[in-house]
Amino acid sequence: MSTPTASTAPKKTALFDEHVAAGGKMVDFGGWHMPVQYGGILEEHFAVRNALGAFDISHMGEVFVSGPEAKAWLNHLLTNNLDRIDVGECQYTFMLNERGGVVDDLIVYRVDEGSYMLVVNASKIEEDVAWMESHLQPGVILENKSDEYAGIAVQGPRAIQLFDRFFDGRVSRPARNEIKSINVDCTSILISRTGYTGEDGFELFFSANCAPKVWQEILEKGADFGIKPCGLGARDTLRLEMCYPLNGSDLSPDHTPLEGGMSIFVDLDKPDFIGRPILAEQRENGIPRRLVPFKMIGKTPPPRSHYGIYKNGQRIAETTSGTLSPTLGIGIGMAYIPTEFARINEQIEIDIRGRRFPAVIERKPLHRK
Amino acid sequence: MNVPDDLKYTESHEWIRPEGANGRVGITDHAQEELTDIVYVELPKIGSKVQAKQPAAVVESVKAAGDIYSPVTGTVVEVNTALEANPALVNTDPFGEGWIFVVALEIPEELAGLKDAAAYRESIGG
Repeated sequence: MSTPTASTAPKKTALFDEHVAAGGKMVDFGGWHMPVQYGGILEEHFAVRNALGAFDISHMGEVFVSGPEAKAWLNHLLTNNLDRIDVGECQYTFMLNERGGVVDDLIVYRVDEGSYMLVVNASKIEEDVAWMESHLQPGVILENKSDEYAGIAVQGPRAIQLFDRFFDGRVSRPARNEIKSINVDCTSILISRTGYTGEDGFELFFSANCAPKVWQEILEKGADFGIKPCGLGARDTLRLEMCYPLNGSDLSPDHTPLEGGMSIFVDLDKPDFIGRPILAEQRENGIPRRLVPFKMIGKTPPPRSHYGIYKNGQRIAETTSGTLSPTLGIGIGMAYIPTEFARINEQIEIDIRGRRFPAVIERKPLHRK
Repeated sequence: MNVPDDLKYTESHEWIRPEGANGRVGITDHAQEELTDIVYVELPKIGSKVQAKQPAAVVESVKAAGDIYSPVTGTVVEVNTALEANPALVNTDPFGEGWIFVVALEIPEELAGLKDAAAYRESIGG
């Protein structure tokens, strides 16, 4: 289901000027002006793997849900179970359509007793809010505060050193999937121990009008730790090495999260949620295809999305994502492969601009520490 | 921006160094800077025919694949196999070790129609 939007120029985040000043190559990503890279994707990728990188995530959406029926309503809307998280914790979850396909993947933060913040994909904000509004129930208050919030992700093995220097003991570090809140002079900051890179790190959400100040302070205080600003190019190579899915590529309204290998984020013991009947049937009868990662064999052009996948000369699938893995030095990608071929070590061929190259299905993640 | 004076240039940011009856071809410093990290080069086959302004090779960065157009018409007589193991040579030494292929010139007069260094420098705003 696509939401018609007025044709407008891409939107700018609160850090647009910073990116341009730092030499960012700006592109249109899901309706937003975002830097695809500054110095170079490989350099930024390795900065995150080996030291520290900072990402502007201000384009993402922040939707607040509160009211006496908030938890019950969210548990009906989302696949994971909010009973699993206390105040000050967060969980990854999916919002499905009636066919069990993915509207969006998101993290829901229990910021207070009856109050939740949903951080959703930048390209889906309007669609997600429209979906939620169309399913709204009494006792639920829905507020889209995306324009008020900026976000920065700090990722890398030195993230905790930067955290300690930036916050200087005023708040203790949240544990994985925990969130904390602190007031600094310009704004209050919600800090979670989350990320999309496979490295340790934090995501900070705060008032958009303080964004340049917070960004500059992060880069200053991170300088000793080798921090680099990182763009969407490195964000993609990092997440793909971890086999984290991207909505619009690996996740779609036509595939369920069970096909996506995401069953740990689906609680079928919940009596009811949108899409549950389809997923229950898949658990009963099996899934027809599975999202699996693959690795090219030998030096090849990088695989990209929408390339044909062949087995025994027959086209069986299409890649959903692909790139050159900087860490592995080889092409990698993901695809929904029919279950009979979706086995580790299964050999396949990827059609890259008219030539077929051998690849092999691997286990997740492709990169391990 | 490096623009060596002894080379000829195309609008599509290739360079060619005349070498007797042949021309050695690569992409310019400006081009490699735009592409940034080159991770793969698809070289033409030795013996294949190339046409002026037609695609002859492909360079790929993480984010995109780009066609390299032959500046001249002729036959490919040599390719830079070092780029198979080390495609980044195109970034680090675009006019030297990062050369891509050598063409035996079928129509040497085509060289006169290409840009000289001053004209190319001006076209890239340098």
